[in-house]
Amino acid sequence: MSAVMITRKVRKWEKLPGKNTFCCDGRVMMARQKGIFYLTLFLIVGTCSLFFAFECPYLAVHLSPAIPVFAVLLFLFVMAMLLRTSFSDPGVLPRALPEEANFIEMEIEAANGNVPSGQRPPPRIRNVQINNQIVKLKYCYTCKIFRPPRASHCSICDNCVDRFDHHCPWVGNCVGKRNYRYFYLFTLTLSLLTIYIFAFNIVHVVMRSVDSGFLKTLKETPGTVLEMLVCFFTLWSMVGLTGFHTYLISLNQTTNEDIKGSWSGKNRGQNPYSHKNIIKNCCEVLCGPTYPSVLDRRGLMREDSPAFAASEGPCSLDNPVAQTTKTTAPLIPNEHTPDDVKPSIAASAEKSPSPKEDQSPAPKIPPLASPETDVETSIAKNH
Amino acid sequence: MSDPLFPDGTCTQQHAVKNRYQTEIFNMAETHSLQDMRQQAAVAAKVFVQRDYTSGTMCQFQTKFPSELETKIDKQQFEETIRTLNNLYAEAEKLGSQSFIEGCLACLTAYTVFLCMETHYEKVLKKIAKYIQEQNDKIYAPRGLLLTDPIERGLRVIEITIYEDRSFTR
Repeated sequence: MSAVMITRKVRKWEKLPGKNTFCCDGRVMMARQKGIFYLTLFLIVGTCSLFFAFECPYLAVHLSPAIPVFAVLLFLFVMAMLLRTSFSDPGVLPRALPEEANFIEMEIEAANGNVPSGQRPPPRIRNVQINNQIVKLKYCYTCKIFRPPRASHCSICDNCVDRFDHHCPWVGNCVGKRNYRYFYLFTLTLSLLTIYIFAFNIVHVVMRSVDSGFLKTLKETPGTVLEMLVCFFTLWSMVGLTGFHTYLISLNQTTNEDIKGSWSGKNRGQNPYSHKNIIKNCCEVLCGPTYPSVLDRRGLMREDSPAFAASEGPCSLDNPVAQTTKTTAPLIPNEHTPDDVKPSIAASAEKSPSPKEDQSPAPKIPPLASPETDVETSIAKNH
Repeated sequence: MSDPLFPDGTCTQQHAVKNRYQTEIFNMAETHSLQDMRQQAAVAAKVFVQRDYTSGTMCQFQTKFPSELETKIDKQQFEETIRTLNNLYAEAEKLGSQSFIEGCLACLTAYTVFLCMETHYEKVLKKIAKYIQEQNDKIYAPRGLLLTDPIERGLRVIEITIYEDRSFTR
């Protein structure tokens, strides 16, 4: 057999399953729907431009030049955090390769024993004890793995994400283990920036009104009116969101857990991941180790090599991944997405064709798996 | 008696050449045993060592000895490998002063410092890769086994490939 090597540099991101878009040759990773992200960018850049154009010249002269300087620094920090949140891998777990998937299937079948025909097999759940708390690890039919604790499957991106918080359409990406701290810093600094701009808008209008009168001031600086409008509405939502996430961080909880009520209420038990100390929890989430991406996006695919040219079997280990995992379970937004994302899905559905509509005409049932909806909803009903 | 390799017959010189030739093949086989295994030997089975979540979401692997490896490797050896890996991962994810200082410094520079600096976790991952390579060369390859670095499997499992037994010694 000839060992002719066709050197076609295909990077692994090109063959990754899931509904992400990649840019800059795999360096940038985002969700497919980026419309709202562009809106976020436009609002931030637009409002700040108006601020620098209308307010800053006046305030730099009449109050202090430090005001625009600090505004610039804050703006740059906000943009850095936004881009970092949007472009980085949130902590996506790669799907199981066929051998691993088969190994797990065999383990499950061995554990289940003989199921009489006609009866539904028991739900695929593994119980793990963490800090004297029983945590249920669910099986993901799409990724063919038992999800680690705190991981969840995002149906918008079609990936299992580690320490899944929520899918944020405003940043155009999931928020998970790797980018949660950037997301939090983004909300925090954006709140500060909004308050800063709003405050100095008022100062500017007041100072000018003293000289020229209120209505004349508004006519002279129409930008101020626009800025104040944007800032007013942004302020309440951003401050609220920052407060909510500060609360979650102090308890070491994710939005997903909070919405599902995993650790609230008497029946559910206590959060096993919390250090029971607010400062320790904050340190872990914000100053913990920076986890590397386990999704090798920029690695080269080993499609053509002497080993595979010599073997008689299928081409490469990597190709079957793309083939088998394309037969995904139909999208189940009820199961996977937290409730507060559903309105955003509905909102984005109005703007652009929803992925649910694209998928539903041709759902492919994965082999050896019972439809997740039936199993999960039956458990939900029983509880 | 005629030697198929040296049909013309006479003794010592040709025997010496033949011996040298055979020794060379044997040496090549030893040094390239890992490559040979991957290329020529068939994969008999794969064992997956799962994650151990009893201490939370920290990256730890189960030290339970898989039954498929009973005939291949010593239990103590295997457990020692897994334990060392667990310690290395614990070192990477440790919430100590180093990670705290790194986090604060990075935050102050808007995380641009990571463009030029390697994170602590990445440094430990390199250590782990070296350790696995070393273990494969010294212990696992001679027994027809191969450890795959868990980072290639999303830190979910340690994949151990069992190759078919094709002994080079005849």
